[in-house]
Amino acid sequence: MPQNIVALSSIGRFSGALCESSGCSSRGTCGSAADDLPDAVWQKIQDHPCYSEDAHHYFARMHIAVAPACNIQCNYCHRKFDCANESRPGVVSEKLEPEEALRKVLAVAAEVPQLSVVGIAGPGDALANAEKTFATFALIHEALPHLKLCLSTNGLMLSDHVDRIAAIGIDHVTITINMVDPEIGARIYPWIFYRHQRWEGIEAARILHQRQMAGLEALTARGILVKVNSVLIPGVNDEHLTAVNQAVRARGAFLHNVMPLISDPSHGTYYGLNGQRGPTPAELRKVQDQLGADAKLMRHCRQCRADAVGLLGEDRGAEFTRDKLGEAKPFDPAQREMYLAVVERERADRQNAKEAAQVAHKIEEAPVLVAVATKGGGRINLHFGHANEFQIYEVGPDGARFVGHRRTDKYCVGGHSEPDAMATSIAALEGVAAVFCAKIGERPRQRLKEAGVEAVDAYAFDYIEASAITWFAGRSQSGTVAATA
Amino acid sequence: MAFKIIAENCTGCGACQFECPNNAISSKGGLFSIITGKCTECKGIYPTQQCAAACPIPKTCVKA
Ligand code: SF4
Ligand code: SF4
Ligand code: SF4
Repeated sequence: MPQNIVALSSIGRFSGALCESSGCSSRGTCGSAADDLPDAVWQKIQDHPCYSEDAHHYFARMHIAVAPACNIQCNYCHRKFDCANESRPGVVSEKLEPEEALRKVLAVAAEVPQLSVVGIAGPGDALANAEKTFATFALIHEALPHLKLCLSTNGLMLSDHVDRIAAIGIDHVTITINMVDPEIGARIYPWIFYRHQRWEGIEAARILHQRQMAGLEALTARGILVKVNSVLIPGVNDEHLTAVNQAVRARGAFLHNVMPLISDPSHGTYYGLNGQRGPTPAELRKVQDQLGADAKLMRHCRQCRADAVGLLGEDRGAEFTRDKLGEAKPFDPAQREMYLAVVERERADRQNAKEAAQVAHKIEEAPVLVAVATKGGGRINLHFGHANEFQIYEVGPDGARFVGHRRTDKYCVGGHSEPDAMATSIAALEGVAAVFCAKIGERPRQRLKEAGVEAVDAYAFDYIEASAITWFAGRSQSGTVAATA
Repeated sequence: MAFKIIAENCTGCGACQFECPNNAISSKGGLFSIITGKCTECKGIYPTQQCAAACPIPKTCVKA
């Protein structure tokens, strides 16, 4: 089993300490990053790993692949693979019937007490065959009512199903909206299937656009949280995403998330075969910055797979395939309660450490970006060579702030480092001043140094924000050793 | 008068099966095929064959 989550055995260790309870249960006392959200929204997202910047350190989500059919064609999707809106392109997941999906959810809930969200996001469109999707949700809701349900869709059929979405208690919906101008849409969607007919070109894009807006309005009118995802396609909709942002904000979307187009000829997509490239990390960040200095903008989406299981950024899906579901343990609510208590304390601790570090170190210099190798819990707790991705923080006079993720390829598999993969890691760290990790080898440290990136392992297993602030303060006092975090 | 599915193109997504007005598409063992006797080419129901219009892979639901 991967170590990416707090081991259940550690819960016993923590639970003793809980008796001297820290008394921090509301975001008021914890001063969460989501301070500017209305209370009702915060209530809905605080344990949602995909929405809350804070929760993604502690809670897990899973997607179940019950919806293979789709009703539109995106130029970045090849339908031999999973929906590219909701997965890393080129991935195929195990398709499940509703009853199988329920068994899988029960097995995961028993094994992963962090599980708090179950989503249906493909592998096609969740509403192309809505009956199957709703049947699955109904089974899960009946068996494990504490789980939040969410749904992702291209929006074409959304407004037909708003009543059922509300009735079954789905309170988060994600719509992928890449355009609000059919001319641009025609360059993204070659066709749609709608009302028993195939539509093409501008006509198709116009229908899709109108349906997306109607669906979004209908959901927000009912108080259902709507996140909008946009795929950033350089040269097609990069300039246009500001208009998309305004349109979806005006209709009540609470989050607008921009994801990079991932394009590769080997995926066989129209874009891949026609040389349409994806954005560089810098281009992506620029658009994300344009769209919102607002903390609500979710920057930690990483295009998890339609059947992913785990904390964001990890995927334990392979542990829960159909053939392994036989000997599942029963779900134990007490275990989850205990985990929730640990999380509350950890969150408070981490926040306190951050505030203390901020008070102790007055920083005047311009902010820099740092990368962190972490497997969750808000701590620097991953070996550099084991990081598939880095969390990126901006650290400066206003403290440390999570700004996004960068994916990298594992450069170290079974102890053999491949120089090429190291180059990929370095490319992913473009513009980053330092990388924080639990441990790093001498060679990679040297390679990073040559690329202008400092490798920092002095804060192994400490809280991310507090360490970053302490490090930055030490650095700006040019050489003076800063207090320990 | 019927349509057929070119098996080697099919992704098994099931879009055709869900749209067919005659329940003419079977998916035994994950393999999608059109039951010739049940398929009417959608005549009198829809202007175009629903399986072909919904299928994401070109030239996969075709005239038999
Ligand atoms: S909505 Fe998803 S499954 Fe459908 S074509 Fe687009 S990326 Fe592919
Ligand atoms: S042509 Fe029409 S009736 Fe025949 S299989 Fe396709 S959808 Fe069904
Ligand atoms: S719609 Fe096309 S790809 Fe999908 S199952 Fe039917 S024939 Fe196969």
